[in-house]
Amino acid sequence: MKFQKERNNKNNIEEAIVKVILFIMALSSIISLGLITFFVFNEGLPFMIGYGITDFIFGTTWNPTEQVYGIFPMIVGSVIVTIFAILVGAPIGIAVAVYLVEIAPPRVTKIVKPAILLLEGIPSVVIGLFGMVVIIDVIRRLARGPLADYLPAGYQTGYSILAGVLILAIMILPTIISISADSIRAVPKEYKEASLAMGSTKWQTLFKVVVPAAKSGILAAVILGVGRAIGETMAIIMVIGNSVQLPIPGWEAVFAPVRTLTGNIALEMGYAGPEHRQALFATGIILFLFIIIINSITLLLRRRGT
Amino acid sequence: MIAPKEQDVKIAVEGLDFFYGQKQALHNITMDIRENEVFAFIGPSGCGKTTFLRVLNRMNDLIPYTSVKGSVRIDGQDIYDPNVDVVQLRKAVGTVFQKPNPFPISIFDNVAYGPKANGLKNKQQLMEIVEDSLRQAALWDEVKDRLNESALGLSGGQQQRLCIARVMAVKPEIILMDEPTSALDPVATFKVEELITELKKNYTVVIVTHNMEQAARVSDKTAFFLDGVVIEADETNNIFTNPKQKETEDYISGKFG
Repeated sequence: MKFQKERNNKNNIEEAIVKVILFIMALSSIISLGLITFFVFNEGLPFMIGYGITDFIFGTTWNPTEQVYGIFPMIVGSVIVTIFAILVGAPIGIAVAVYLVEIAPPRVTKIVKPAILLLEGIPSVVIGLFGMVVIIDVIRRLARGPLADYLPAGYQTGYSILAGVLILAIMILPTIISISADSIRAVPKEYKEASLAMGSTKWQTLFKVVVPAAKSGILAAVILGVGRAIGETMAIIMVIGNSVQLPIPGWEAVFAPVRTLTGNIALEMGYAGPEHRQALFATGIILFLFIIIINSITLLLRRRGT
Repeated sequence: MIAPKEQDVKIAVEGLDFFYGQKQALHNITMDIRENEVFAFIGPSGCGKTTFLRVLNRMNDLIPYTSVKGSVRIDGQDIYDPNVDVVQLRKAVGTVFQKPNPFPISIFDNVAYGPKANGLKNKQQLMEIVEDSLRQAALWDEVKDRLNESALGLSGGQQQRLCIARVMAVKPEIILMDEPTSALDPVATFKVEELITELKKNYTVVIVTHNMEQAARVSDKTAFFLDGVVIEADETNNIFTNPKQKETEDYISGKFG
C-alpha cells in the first residue's frame, strides 16, 4: 500500500480549487465590512473633526439649513427608546422562551414556534403600518382624552416614545425568544434531574437551576435585542414622530415625539447637500460605535459562557 | 428470596410491573429493602436495574408514556397513591446519579440549594447544614477553604461526594445511587465506597452497580437483574459464594454480561 501524496493527483487539485473559492467567499464578507466602515468614516470623520466632536455629539440643535448639526436629541431618542423596549420586551421574551422549552405541551409549541418565526419575517414597514394604525390610535385617544390637560399639544398626536417602545419591543421578541430558548434547551438535563430528585418543585428547578444555568445565553439574547432595537429604522420612523427636540424631562416624555439616529439618516439623506450629507454620515459613525460596543459585549459574554 | 416481612422493612415492593409505552421493562418484582442496609442491584446493561431504582422515588414520572403496576411501599405508604406528594417523597428519597452533576454554582450554594429551596433562609443554620453534610460526605476537609469557588473546579471524585453531600443536606431517609463510581478513578471510587459503608449507619442505601466487586465490598444484600426480572436476591455473601440460580452463577463467573 502507498500513502504518499501524489503530485498532480486529480483529487488534490480539485480540493485546492474548492479551498481557494471558499476562501474568497469568506473574504467577501470581511471586504464588504471593511469597505462600508472605510466609506462611512471617510465621509463622516473629517466633518466631525471639522465641526468639533463635542459640538456634534452634545449639540442640542439640529438645523441643517443654518449649518447647525447637534445630534444629542437623536442620541437621547435612540437610547431611551432602546432601553425601554428592552425593559418591556426582554422579560416577555425570556418568559416565552422558558414556557416554550420547559412547560408548553407539544401541541402549543407546534403553533407558537412557527408563529414566532413568522413574526421575525414580517417586513418592518408592515409592523410600522400596524403601529401607525393601531398603536398610535390608542395612544392618541389616551393623550387627547384623559391626559389632554396635562400634555402639551405637540405631545398629543400619538406619535411618541411610547409608540416606538411598543413597536420595538414587538420586533425584538423573536430574537430574544429564539436565542434564550436555545440556551435554555442546552442546559444539561442532569441539572434538572438533580434538582427534582432532591425534592425541589418544578418552579424552584426552573428559576433556581435552569434559568441561572442559561444565564449567559439569555444575556446574549438580550444584548442582541439591544442591537436590533438600536438599528431598527423603518418601523420606528413611522411611529415615533421624528421631532428633533429633546423631550421634556418628566413623565410627559413618554408621549414626546423624538427622532432616532437611524431615522435621522433615512429621513434626510434624500435631499441633503454636501455638508449635510457628511453630517449624516457622521451620524452613521455614532450608530456604528454603538453597534460595535454592543457586539463586543455579546462576544465577551459568549466566550465567558463556554 | 429474602426472608419475608420483618420489623424494619423500609421499602416493600410487591408485584411491580413497569412499562415504557407498550414495552414492559420490569416484570413482577417483589422485594423488601430493610432499614440501614446497603442493597445492591447488579446485572448486565439494559436489565432494568436503573429503571427500578428510578421507580423508588418516581423519577420515571419525568419520562412521558411510562406506567407502573403493583405497589411500592415506603414506611408502609404506597408511593404511587394519587394522594402522594412527589416533592415530599423525593425529599425523603434522595438520588446520586451516575455522572457527577453539581450545579454550576459555588460549592456552598450546591449544598445549600436543597435547604434553601425548602425555605430555610437563616445564614447560620444554612452554614451548619452545609458543614454537617460535607463532613458526612467526607469532603469538608478538602473544600472548607474554598466554599465560595465554583463546584465545577472540583475533581470528578470530589464532585460526586459533593452531590452526595447535596442530597444529605435535604435530610433524606433513603439514598439511591445509580452507578455512583462508574465515572471515577480507583482512588475516588475507594473513597465513595468507604462513604457508603459509613452512610448505612444513618440511611438506607440502594445502589446500582456494574462492578461486581463493588457490590461484594459495600452491600449487605444483592439482587441480580436480568431482562427486567429479579433472578435472585439474597445476602450478598450467598449471592457471590453460593448462588442458587444458574443465570446468577453464569453472570458472576463472567460467562456473560
